[in-house]
Amino acid sequence: MNPRIQNLRRQSLEAVNRISAERALLITEFYDNHVNPADPEPVQRAKALEYLLSRKEVCISDQELIVGERGPAPKATPTYPEITVHSMEDLDILNSREKVSFLVDEDTRKAYEDVIIPFWKGRSNRDRIMQSMPDDWLNAYHAGIFTEFMEQRAPGHTVAGAKIFRKGMNDLIQEIDEVYRAVEFVDKSEEQMICAELDAMKIAARAIVMYANRHADKLDELAACEESAERKQELLDMAGICRRVPANAPSTFHEALQHYWFIHLGVITELNPWDSFNPGRLDQHLWPFYAREMEDGILDRERAKEFLEAFWIKFNNHPAPPKVGVTAQESNTYTDFTLINLGGVKPDGTNAVNELSFLILDVIEEMRLLQPGTMVQLSRVNPDEFIDRAVKITKTGFGQPSIFNADAIEKELTGQGKSIVDARNGGASGCVESGAFGTESYILTGYFNLPKILEVTLHNGVDPRTGKQIGLNTGFVASFKSYDKLLDAFRKQVQHFAEIKIKGSNIIETIFMEHLPTPFLSLIIEDCIAKGTDYIRGGARYNTNYIQGVGLGTITDSLASWRINVFEKKRISPVDFLGALTNNFASDDKLLYQLLYHTPKYGNDDDEADRHAVEVFEIFHDSVTGHQSPRGATYRINLLPTTCHVYFGSVMHASADGRRSGMPLSEGISPVQGADTKGPTSVMKSAAKIDHLRTGGTLLNQKFSPSFFDGDESIRKVSSLVRGYFRLNGHHVQFNVVDADTLRDAQKHPEKYRDLIVRVAGYSDYFNDLGTDLQNEIIARTAHESV
Amino acid sequence: MTGTIFDIKKFAVHDGPGIRTTVFFKGCPLRCSWCHNPESINPAIVDVPKAQKVGNSSFVQMETVGKEMTADELMHEILSDRVFMEESGGGVTFSGGEPFLQYGFLLEMVNRCRSEGVHTVVDTSAFTETENLMKIAVLTDLLLVDLKVMDDVLHKKYTGVSNERILYNIQVISENKIPFRIRIPVIPGVSFTDSNIMAAIDFLATLPEKPVGIDLLPFHNTGNHKYERFGLKNVFRDVPSLQSTDLEELKNPFNEAGFDVHVGG
Repeated sequence: MNPRIQNLRRQSLEAVNRISAERALLITEFYDNHVNPADPEPVQRAKALEYLLSRKEVCISDQELIVGERGPAPKATPTYPEITVHSMEDLDILNSREKVSFLVDEDTRKAYEDVIIPFWKGRSNRDRIMQSMPDDWLNAYHAGIFTEFMEQRAPGHTVAGAKIFRKGMNDLIQEIDEVYRAVEFVDKSEEQMICAELDAMKIAARAIVMYANRHADKLDELAACEESAERKQELLDMAGICRRVPANAPSTFHEALQHYWFIHLGVITELNPWDSFNPGRLDQHLWPFYAREMEDGILDRERAKEFLEAFWIKFNNHPAPPKVGVTAQESNTYTDFTLINLGGVKPDGTNAVNELSFLILDVIEEMRLLQPGTMVQLSRVNPDEFIDRAVKITKTGFGQPSIFNADAIEKELTGQGKSIVDARNGGASGCVESGAFGTESYILTGYFNLPKILEVTLHNGVDPRTGKQIGLNTGFVASFKSYDKLLDAFRKQVQHFAEIKIKGSNIIETIFMEHLPTPFLSLIIEDCIAKGTDYIRGGARYNTNYIQGVGLGTITDSLASWRINVFEKKRISPVDFLGALTNNFASDDKLLYQLLYHTPKYGNDDDEADRHAVEVFEIFHDSVTGHQSPRGATYRINLLPTTCHVYFGSVMHASADGRRSGMPLSEGISPVQGADTKGPTSVMKSAAKIDHLRTGGTLLNQKFSPSFFDGDESIRKVSSLVRGYFRLNGHHVQFNVVDADTLRDAQKHPEKYRDLIVRVAGYSDYFNDLGTDLQNEIIARTAHESV
Repeated sequence: MTGTIFDIKKFAVHDGPGIRTTVFFKGCPLRCSWCHNPESINPAIVDVPKAQKVGNSSFVQMETVGKEMTADELMHEILSDRVFMEESGGGVTFSGGEPFLQYGFLLEMVNRCRSEGVHTVVDTSAFTETENLMKIAVLTDLLLVDLKVMDDVLHKKYTGVSNERILYNIQVISENKIPFRIRIPVIPGVSFTDSNIMAAIDFLATLPEKPVGIDLLPFHNTGNHKYERFGLKNVFRDVPSLQSTDLEELKNPFNEAGFDVHVGG
């Protein structure tokens, strides 16, 4: 990392996350004084974006190579009161909470108190949503059966395709004009709507060009007073770039990065879409520029790396807009889920790994930043050096890059009816979500608490925490004479809550379709222009809505426990068992011991437990998959938690797997924390028993100590482990390399870390199985290794 | 046919090439005082109490150490991780205890693995009938053979048996060009002495075919808690574990004699 990047990186790391009232004030001003109520909604939104981009402060930091900030300064984070208006109390919480806090200064507080809150209270989209939701939805939502993504943020969940690296805004405006000329209207209202959408897209396209030109002007100004001749020239060159892109298609490596960055800013200024936005297959998109300039001798490796690292810093300057309440709990992080994809396959199915893939891996290793998130797509056709290099980086212990099965993603997407080329141009975004990049709107609608539904089933549809009837009457627990009867009741409840969830999501989608079209995002994703239809109204070529199942490990082990302990071995009666769960095993350590140590657990390649994972998967899949949304999206499932497994656990009593009341659920498709004791191959065998290819993504976490990755031979073995899992159609795996603190915690709470394997010396063992002295020795050594 | 197995370890990455499943046979004719799997010595299946703390209570339940398995059952376990073995160039390692103590079962398993195309390694003390050793050796892909102490008096003192047959067997393996690795447990004051190391190198250097590699296995007292649990005498209890770095210098004489030497298994 050269001194310039070191400096920029430090600035980014040291910048304080703060709330900026800039956007909220501007948008308030616009809707208060400047909006023309006669304009159709899409045009209003486009003009709002234009208003923001023409007035927001232009920030260019010292030494920067890529310019543009969403707020007035790095990490100055805007809010979106038209979506959610933060209350004074929310601001206090954000300012004072220990984790993921945002500084709120006096001016911001005052702006909120005097201007923003008075204008938006009762008028934000969140208010609209909460007023529109039916009681059964609200009851289930408040009980913690599911969450709702769209309540505080806008539908985004999409990724740039190759198009935007090949086209400028002028090209897109030309396309819009062609569509205008070609389209034949069936009726007048359709004509009005399509014209409005196309007009709005054009306004948005011009707005981003104007915004880039404002940067060019500022850069020229800075150049005029710059003393260093070298930097002066650099500033002038950058001004030239900002005048060329995004108006025109980029023609150099540097232009391509700046071009993308303006588009990124356009998307995240227009609204606050989940998963911010994402350049997707970066090594593929940048390759033509890189290859050409390397060949011509204009670019060298070091300079390319500097540009990429400057680009990386831009992402890190942009924390996720702050959430509040349940939404903060389900996803409590500064990460805004940009996930850069490397590797995978080309549109013709051949190996896509190139020199740039490796260069970007170097960048990832060197930058060690929270954002952007990074991943590698691993296909059968990718070389071993590629996966080995990626695994080597994971050893450094910051969880990146994660590893995805490119071949599985292709099958998942084609299985949903996408063309094979669109599927191969796709990848994973957000946490682990599969999507056809550049052509799909795949919206995550909320987490779904599978273990809680079992709890409600056991209470005949009542939430035992509140006494409220939220589910169906499927019978009291005493009436279940067999496991199958219990499972039938559970199935009915899952169907019931899936229907409530989908009904609610459809209402919310309609609200967004009416009030919050996204003309700027529509420019980027195909076929919005061609159809003359907004992204949010079904303009994308493919439309999918996902519901994310949470707690697969917990629900699997719970069902195994009910079947074996209650119905088969009859160790305890159903009523007594339910009583013990309600009492949080108050005085029944013996029962707890039985549940923890003598009941089969998911994650050990043991069908006695794993068969229930398959049962739950099929029930959840069949309850969701195939439903249609108002914009024409198909509902599907994926299995990932972000941090929602903690919130979902907090709304539950103890569960039959031995989990105590309020404790977190298992995360992703990983086994219950500590329940797997047969090593990673067995975990993967268990996890592969569900059909990943019928999901839009699953998440598997594996814990290792750093010494597991010592030496090339060990790296090779870890890479082979991944290859093995992917051959079983596993979707994703991520290695968590544990640090000394984790080991210390494991010493104190061995029950949480039964799966933790450490390398001892020439061999590996379960940490729990080691004597205290040896544990201490390994802690000391690990602390050393992680430096 | 059945065998007595005391443990099956998946994702074993230190017992041969690739990702392996290591099958530990129960029972051993040696009594190495530094053994870190002391529960593997007794060929019988035994019940040992195991305490587990849950909440404020401690529960003791008898845990059976050792399991009678049929060849079919064991093969099923081995093949369950086949995909990982194939991807990594791994396979199965038969270890112990001393696998040759259950020669018939070992032969059956090795043959079955061979017909399934599973790569096999046998980890042995070589304290067994030469004829049996050779029968297995020609069917496996690799032998891991321990070379503990060269001085026979000390060998008897620390392992309970003479090393005469062991050294002879290594000679025979070498003569027959069987691929093998030598593993030397480096035990402070026993095998980790200049004279023992020199004697080992002299012996290995005179073999007609050299081992494909030598692994120096640093002593560690990780078995201490097991000695306590199983109520066994532990003469090495207070000897501190060696670190891999302690063995770096020890590699030199092996390197100089032309051996490919590694620290750790």
